Amino acid sequence: MSKTVWVLVELEDGKAARSSLEVLGKAAQLGRAEAIVLGSAAREVALTLGEYGAEKVYVHANANYDNYLTLPAVDTLSALVKEHQPALLLLATTYNLRDIAARLSARNNMGLITDATDLSYEDDTLNVTVPWGGDNVVTATHSQQGTGIVLTRPKAFSIAQYAGRNAEIETLNASINPESLKMKVLERVEVQSEGPSLEDASVIVSGGRGLGKAENFHLVEELAAALGGAAGATRAIVDAGWLPYSYQVGQTGKTVKPTLYIACGISGAIQHLAGMKGSKYIVAINKDEHAPIFSVADLGIVGDTLTILPQLTKEVKRRKAQ
Amino acid sequence: MKMFVCVKQIPDPNTVVSKLDPNTKRLVRAGVSLVLDPGDESTISAAIKLRDTIGNSELTAISMGPASAQEGLRRALAMGVDRAILITDPALAGSDAPGTARALAAAIKKEEVDLIYCSTESTDGYTGMVPGGIAEFLGIPQLTFAREITVEGNKAIAKCVTLTGYQTVESPLPAVVTIASGSFEAIYPTMKGIMSAKKKPFVQYSLADLGIDPAQVGEAGARERVLTIGKAEARAVGQVIKDDGNAAQAIADFLQRYQLL
Repeated sequence: MSKTVWVLVELEDGKAARSSLEVLGKAAQLGRAEAIVLGSAAREVALTLGEYGAEKVYVHANANYDNYLTLPAVDTLSALVKEHQPALLLLATTYNLRDIAARLSARNNMGLITDATDLSYEDDTLNVTVPWGGDNVVTATHSQQGTGIVLTRPKAFSIAQYAGRNAEIETLNASINPESLKMKVLERVEVQSEGPSLEDASVIVSGGRGLGKAENFHLVEELAAALGGAAGATRAIVDAGWLPYSYQVGQTGKTVKPTLYIACGISGAIQHLAGMKGSKYIVAINKDEHAPIFSVADLGIVGDTLTILPQLTKEVKRRKAQ
Repeated sequence: MKMFVCVKQIPDPNTVVSKLDPNTKRLVRAGVSLVLDPGDESTISAAIKLRDTIGNSELTAISMGPASAQEGLRRALAMGVDRAILITDPALAGSDAPGTARALAAAIKKEEVDLIYCSTESTDGYTGMVPGGIAEFLGIPQLTFAREITVEGNKAIAKCVTLTGYQTVESPLPAVVTIASGSFEAIYPTMKGIMSAKKKPFVQYSLADLGIDPAQVGEAGARERVLTIGKAEARAVGQVIKDDGNAAQAIADFLQRYQLL
């Protein structure tokens, strides 16, 4: 029998988040895909989800989901899961969905597997593929009856098109528990970056701790600009406040698959490698010859990033001008 | 204020390549150099900073793990934390994130609490599911991925990282707050700190002390299981050269060879 797989579709600026649509496509491949959309723009978005694989959409158009984090969504999902008992709740790995998954799992004793890159059903057993450490791949499953949760790694799946599919819409109108209106969003601030986005760039130049200080990051940006690419960063320097999170490449940042990835002053923590290992060509510059980044590099340079970067930018410009 | 910081002792991410035991399917810890999670050092430092800003407050470090986890707590004490709690019990081995959260929440619940600090995720497991679980078991809000946190009256206000920038979020206390690692520079323990750590209160709890049914935690309570452990496809080994002054040329040649310019 076909499994019912639920996807909580996250809203971004009133639209369905791309990451959620990718997961919805996977859900439709696994079984009967049903979506849940919560927030002021939920109704408009729900009408579009059939074309991405949803056969049914539960909609609660309520602005409290936008203005208050996590708890209202956890309440609604808990009640829905109890009522309908889908086989699986599949979620993209984003800030909000991670928070929601953690609480849902604790509240309802639901199994929870994170960082999945693939899933399949073998009869009744769900097999979840999870890359582990530097060089292992684990398959895991939920070990209890009832709805399990899986968080999937960004970019693991591509959007699927189901032209002409119309999802059945079910409108939810449960009142929101005022006790759950606790984490109030006071302000949202966007930090803009120039050039192509990390997701779209075919060339990415990234910097890490080896740059020494935030003021040196322009060397990375200049090489990226010379190559017509985007600049990226490690979790370490994003966490240190050198750059906004939108630059972060890695397991908890963006997973990227450009044609060329140049890692500058990046040691290659597993969490960073997870986000860029899929690049077609990798060049790494690092002063430590034992840095793990060299294990994935097609070309590794043991040397001083701050010296080599401006020379390389100049050389790239010179050769491009020829 | 009564503050807690949850910490974890992990295989040193700078020197250890983590391995899974094919029989137990758990992380290999034996014979491996263990350290306090570097992310936790930053989180502890953030908590100490807020404790000292507010004044008249107490900060407790809490950890769940085998006896070796007390080393991580000793370091937290040496950094400036006031007291430590270790939850240790053979039945906790193999706990999943909700199991871990259940144990930590039960120990915290024995006391008054206003604010619980956690790192966003550990540097060995990366699931990031424990802080939300603690918040849920305690029935309190959580502010996640915070880079700045202030307390005003009975409210916590945090600047939390988002995909495109940040958002400012307000929550009543008590609350769990997770710190994006590295947002605060880690305090390095002084000799005086290390000496005074030995005299600070150190409490140890078993599951029985916390009134937790062993079936709810550890491997018995885990809601997930590993079926197989396999090898990932490795990338072909590339060329590594030392810069002799011609590195820029060598890279440019490489780019040209593969038509990347």
